[in-house]
Amino acid sequence: MNRKERCLTAAMVLAVVGVAITEASSLVRVKAREDVAKSEVKIDNFSFAPGEITVAKGTTVNWVNRDDIPHTVVSDDKTSFKSKPLDTDDKFSYTFSKEGTYNYFCSIHPKMTAKVVVK
Amino acid sequence: MTRKKDEILFDHNHDGVDRRGFLKCMAWAGTGTFCVMQGGVLKSYSLSRIADLSPAQMKGQLSFAQISDSHMGFNKPANPDVAGTLKAAVDKINALAIPPEFLLHTGDISHLAKPEEFETVEQILRGAVAKDVFYVPGEHDVVGDDGKGYLERFGKKSKGDGWYSFDKKGVHFVGLVNVMNLKAGGLGSLGAEQLEWLENDVKRLSASTPVVVFAHIPLWSVYPEWGWGTEDSAQALAYLKRFGSVTVLNGHIHQTMQKVEGNVTFHTAASTAFPQPQPGKADSPGPMKVPAAELRGLLGITDVSFVQGQEALAIVDSRLE
Repeated sequence: MNRKERCLTAAMVLAVVGVAITEASSLVRVKAREDVAKSEVKIDNFSFAPGEITVAKGTTVNWVNRDDIPHTVVSDDKTSFKSKPLDTDDKFSYTFSKEGTYNYFCSIHPKMTAKVVVK
Repeated sequence: MTRKKDEILFDHNHDGVDRRGFLKCMAWAGTGTFCVMQGGVLKSYSLSRIADLSPAQMKGQLSFAQISDSHMGFNKPANPDVAGTLKAAVDKINALAIPPEFLLHTGDISHLAKPEEFETVEQILRGAVAKDVFYVPGEHDVVGDDGKGYLERFGKKSKGDGWYSFDKKGVHFVGLVNVMNLKAGGLGSLGAEQLEWLENDVKRLSASTPVVVFAHIPLWSVYPEWGWGTEDSAQALAYLKRFGSVTVLNGHIHQTMQKVEGNVTFHTAASTAFPQPQPGKADSPGPMKVPAAELRGLLGITDVSFVQGQEALAIVDSRLE
């Protein structure tokens, strides 16, 4: 192996290691993003997305209204949790401290229904 | 004898259309014309035709205008100026050849039930020639406080969640509330207490009394998939069955639509704020974003007149442009 070849090999090794490190860190970032995404519900186009999420006990679920019409987040029993009217880009959070299935809806547009499953 | 579903059985207005049988007439806001599919029971006069009515026909005539869904506080595309379009609606009303005696507002007065939103609408409507305004709430008017602010401002003479009735020149008007206590997955709802009140309210009336019922969400099934209907409206309509002439005026769907079933004529009014898509013609019933030049052609007011001696009410939709 001449000097030139050694240099090339070293560069290739470095590149591979570099790629591996980058991949690993992006994997970590993706994982973190997934955790956030899992507890975030987007309101848009007259629907909750995702329509069903499963979270661990103690998780705070965040809703954000990206629609151009106000919506609310209200548990079906109307007592467990109830947001104020959320205008565009308004947010609402609720921490689920007990296991169970929580069905909820928009009290302005009751056809909009979804659920949070707490395990 | 077998009858076709849309056969004309009696022609009240000598215009080739009739109240009986199942007739359907739809007028989409924005097209600017009524699309009469199988005749229509409503004698719809154009504004110019109303001016042509003979003095005899004019005598004893009651005319009023319906406005709806002003959504004061909404400021997004396609209409960042809902106050401006409401003012345009008032101008249109003030320009009618026969000044309406009063206004009906069929709800969604405000966008978020804020006191300043209600205040703005009241202020703008004070500019109308007709001084009396009769309101019913839309779901946007009761959001956040279960209708407390609405009732304090508009519901002083009403019962329950805001329902009431009154009489004008022999016509009985009933304002109903179908936006309270909505259940998950459900439609508009009147509730047992209001239904009982309605039954008693109309009991004393003779069957020949023309009845006008107004409420925000349609009292007929326009498109339940989008919540455009009222779950217990059939019960309300059952109490009105014996009447010769029943007109139901609604808002909520931001477009005009008519249907006639038996002696009942259903009509929804356009919004003064923003248009919504035709049922099922979009992913969701969100505001339609239309070019600014087209907006006022999709907004409007409804002028209603009642001619004594004729059973039908004349309903005319006008666009804001």
